[in-house]
Amino acid sequence: MTDSESKQQRDRSDWTKVLDADQIRRSVTRIAHEILEKNRGAKSLAIVGIRTRGDYLARRICRQIEEIDGQKVPMGVVDITLYRDDIAQSDEQPLVRGTDLPFNVDRHAIVLVDDVLFTGRTVRAALDAIIDFGRPLSVQLAVLCDRGHRELPIRADYVGKSIPTSRKELVEVCLEERDGEDGVYVAPTTTIAGKKR
Amino acid sequence: MSMIGRHLLGINGLTREQVEYLLTTAEQFVEVSTRNVKKVPTLRGKTVINLFLEASTRTRSSFEIAGKRMSADVVNVSGSSSSTTKGETLIDTALTLESMDPDVVVIRHASSGAAHLIAKHLTRASVINAGDGLHEHPSQALLDALTMRQAFGTIEGLTVTIVGDVLRSRVARSNIHLLRLFGCSVRVVAPPTLAKKAEFEALGCQVFYHMPEALEGADVVMSLRMKHEYLKDLFVPNLDEYSRKYIVSEPMLARYAPNCKVLAPGPIIRGTEITSEVADGPRSLISRQVTNGVAVRMALLYVLGARRSDAARERDEEIEPLGLEAEASS
Repeated sequence: MTDSESKQQRDRSDWTKVLDADQIRRSVTRIAHEILEKNRGAKSLAIVGIRTRGDYLARRICRQIEEIDGQKVPMGVVDITLYRDDIAQSDEQPLVRGTDLPFNVDRHAIVLVDDVLFTGRTVRAALDAIIDFGRPLSVQLAVLCDRGHRELPIRADYVGKSIPTSRKELVEVCLEERDGEDGVYVAPTTTIAGKKR
Repeated sequence: MSMIGRHLLGINGLTREQVEYLLTTAEQFVEVSTRNVKKVPTLRGKTVINLFLEASTRTRSSFEIAGKRMSADVVNVSGSSSSTTKGETLIDTALTLESMDPDVVVIRHASSGAAHLIAKHLTRASVINAGDGLHEHPSQALLDALTMRQAFGTIEGLTVTIVGDVLRSRVARSNIHLLRLFGCSVRVVAPPTLAKKAEFEALGCQVFYHMPEALEGADVVMSLRMKHEYLKDLFVPNLDEYSRKYIVSEPMLARYAPNCKVLAPGPIIRGTEITSEVADGPRSLISRQVTNGVAVRMALLYVLGARRSDAARERDEEIEPLGLEAEASS
């Protein structure tokens, strides 16, 4: 699951860049169009980002949808810490950052947004969190990259790019708002000790 | 191990960073109680025992509600119904309870140091001090701090006047320790029999015997209850006389600390230490404190309780992780 610190200062000499800033921008634009197409407009739509990097992507998608459709779309953020299934397996607690869904969940079709889709456990937790707030009309899933290795029956409705990876590799998403640049990298696990992804 | 260690026994000994971490975490839990479904699954399968060997309504129910909103199983053991009335020692009670494998034991006891004693004897559970004698009441100080932080944006540099029975107040002691970490100027004001100059100056407070100079320019006024259940000696001639000099009243606040907010750990005795006009007025943050209390205790249970139990860790160490190994060899 996403780590909290900025990824600015890392040495990426042996990493492969799989998406650059332009590609990310085009993916976001395409996803925004696809969301509008599938939902026949922005009416009753709400975009919800999963912390930490999903919320920045959600904001970008929101902005795009507004630009295309001229309609304001409510945006929310969900923090899945309290819903994780591995919390009793770790010796340390991740920081709780808070959930904010400033719209009536019952009356909206929600598009969940995350940076990377991997095991599907984060999405499972996010679904539980949202359902504690109400009964949305529907929940769809948009991700910037899908790297495979699902452990739960979950799939994305909108995918920026599918990246075939080995389970032992790391996929790192960097976003301007938090890391100072836009880019998606694949790295061998050995690069960063102690990281799971 | 959590950010603050295995137990929370007092504010004294915590660093400013640890307190800030607890407050920031607690802030996130405020929202959970405003939801339609006021419950998160975080502590599913964990057991919290509330061992309250001294009277308490708000702290016990606050810990109980906090535990339930975190999905923990909460068991309440209270003084009058426990085996301590049959002569069992505190240590034996604690050991008996630990044999039932709780993850967190919350203890309230009339003797200072009771929580430390239990923490020393329990090998697996985390201990939260919910008030021990005249010593500390850390969750109260944390909820007071959270309330102040919400009202003022920051605790840093606030002037806080604590009025009343500071001598017999664990709330005052925990608050003083916490506020001093944030560079607050802390004043205590009470009759000389209750505010011992040497003791409170050693804690970094200014000691006053008269309300006007103690209130002058204060941001926060904290009103304490006269604790006649401890040390029954007479520290004041009678409560009426005490009230006349030390009651927290609107005219007094309007004159000396016109912008102050008022906190009270409760229970409040109207007309003795605080007037109804103040307690129910716009300065009062008393009900906010109670609301924040639940969030603070949820955060404490999260920080101390949401970890792998020792038994589970031992078991996990024996089992080879399956998925990764299988893939590596394929």
